[in-house]
Amino acid sequence: MITSVPSVVAVALVAVATLAIGTWGLRFSRTTSDFFVASRSVRPALNASAIGGEYLSAASFLGVAGLVLVFGADMLWYPVGWTAGYLVLLVLVAAPLRRSGAYTLPDFAEARLASARVRTTCTLLVVAIGWLYLVPQFQGAGITLESTTGAPPWLGAMVVAGVVLVNVLSGGMRSITFVQAFQYWLKLTALLVPAVVMVGVWLGDGRPGPGAGSGGDWSLPLGEGGGQGLYLTWSLIIATFLGTMGLPHVVVRFYTNPDGRAARRTTVVVLALLSAFYLLPPVYAALGRVYGDTTHSDVLVLELPRLMVPGAAGELLSALVTAGAFAAFLSTSSGLSLAVTGVLTQDVFRGTRLTGVRAFRVAAVVAVVTPCVAAVSAPDLGIAKAVGLAFAVAASTFCPLLVLGIWWRGLTDVGALAGLGAGFVSSGIGVTYSLSPYSTTGWVDALLSQPAAWSVPLAFVTMYVVSRATASRVPPHVRRFMVRLHTPEAVALDRG
Amino acid sequence: MSIGPPERVRVTGPPRRTTSRRTRAHEIDDQTLLGAVMIQSLLRAQLRLAVLTLAPLFAFAVALPLTFHLFPRFSDLRVAGVPVAILLLGVLIYPVLVLLGWSYVRRAERHERDFAELVEIAES
Repeated sequence: MITSVPSVVAVALVAVATLAIGTWGLRFSRTTSDFFVASRSVRPALNASAIGGEYLSAASFLGVAGLVLVFGADMLWYPVGWTAGYLVLLVLVAAPLRRSGAYTLPDFAEARLASARVRTTCTLLVVAIGWLYLVPQFQGAGITLESTTGAPPWLGAMVVAGVVLVNVLSGGMRSITFVQAFQYWLKLTALLVPAVVMVGVWLGDGRPGPGAGSGGDWSLPLGEGGGQGLYLTWSLIIATFLGTMGLPHVVVRFYTNPDGRAARRTTVVVLALLSAFYLLPPVYAALGRVYGDTTHSDVLVLELPRLMVPGAAGELLSALVTAGAFAAFLSTSSGLSLAVTGVLTQDVFRGTRLTGVRAFRVAAVVAVVTPCVAAVSAPDLGIAKAVGLAFAVAASTFCPLLVLGIWWRGLTDVGALAGLGAGFVSSGIGVTYSLSPYSTTGWVDALLSQPAAWSVPLAFVTMYVVSRATASRVPPHVRRFMVRLHTPEAVALDRG
Repeated sequence: MSIGPPERVRVTGPPRRTTSRRTRAHEIDDQTLLGAVMIQSLLRAQLRLAVLTLAPLFAFAVALPLTFHLFPRFSDLRVAGVPVAILLLGVLIYPVLVLLGWSYVRRAERHERDFAELVEIAES
């Protein structure tokens, strides 16, 4: 059992700083609107840092380097896809989504389709995707604490869940915006400083190459196994490129922009911030091939500084990386918990005796405790893989809803329901297969473990065909709504 | 029939400046044909821009794995000691993504400015 004092101190510092900034932000939280969307007044630079901080999860911080180390260049599609997803979001969704004036995805769906049933379906999907994404964050926290302090895995999950809960309870969106922005810069520093030192060490050692036995496969940007490898790579690309726009914690951030133009500008800054960050994990993977071992891929980032830099300096760098990893768990889980809390408050607790801020707080407890329990009891899939499944579900459900809802007038409530159902069931089969102990080989395994390449087109086609078949149900206000989505705020319209 | 003095008529020149700037925004609100045409053209321009921005990205994402699938020996190709696939996916793609995003925003905002000017043109 390794007990690293600097790492424990680092984790404690991150937790305390997070709570302190959250409490400081509380001074600005006054109304329900503050809690949900920070009263829609967050400037692009701050908002972009917050989105970056929230988006760079355990999968980005720990998972990518480990995957690239073990599987090679094809795993670089994960960070590329997570960044490119923002370009797709920018181009197809950002400004219209902000102009729709809705708080959450279910709000958007209801406003566009005038259907309570579509709204309920979207609520369930937000909760499902949010929880699917939260579980690996909590599990990652468990292995991080285990690797650095020897604590049992459930403790890390509990610590992160506890801090997130306190933060969401105390400040809502307004305070979380400050916390997330701080955590982006913490994460970047925590990965950058050790990387610079370790590259220095590598240069000092005379630039050694990777150990013997690493073939040309490592630099191949697609999966192994011929046609199946190609399919898996393309499917991963589709899931990440199109899934980003459907992640509940990403979407809710767009409502905190003052207007559609700010939403676009924010997204471009996010692209730049993510790009800067994702240059670093491959450096860890490359150094890991020289100095590390490939057995514990998810903790490579945490252990590499200690392996490469001897003595106290190595301990300190390791502590810095651990702090960054904890920031990653805290920020992503805060954002996701907040998004899930938001829809629970609005849709599940509506009509009950709980109202306003109190309903928000009860919902927060439910939103955090459920995935925390699941994280402790569910099997560990590997962080990046589990997160990849959440992207596949988001790409198969919310992506068609948003893209068709924003750009095609003919979408109907029945069409949307059919498409959401088809996308959820087909990608859900993949999730169930990946979580179950049952496994198979060959094409069936490829199609089930990475379903996006067929489930996304299936959802789009279903949504389109059923909408055409029920064209009489196109809501009467659709023309006016489309105008509102696409007209710049400078034009003085009746936005009713 | 009595012939009285002709009725007084006030004669004025054409108005030199409009006092109230009525814009065409109400054409959109009233959902007239003109409003519909204006909105349609904005929507089409933005959608075309979106497709133009995303096409190179998706072409790259389809072509790169396919190229390496068909010609696996490419993975031995190195530029300055770094395998070319790592260089493309680990480094070079990011500035391209930012550039695509930046140019998209510039052009999307130009479309919106043009549209706003079209609407703001004072009537009569």
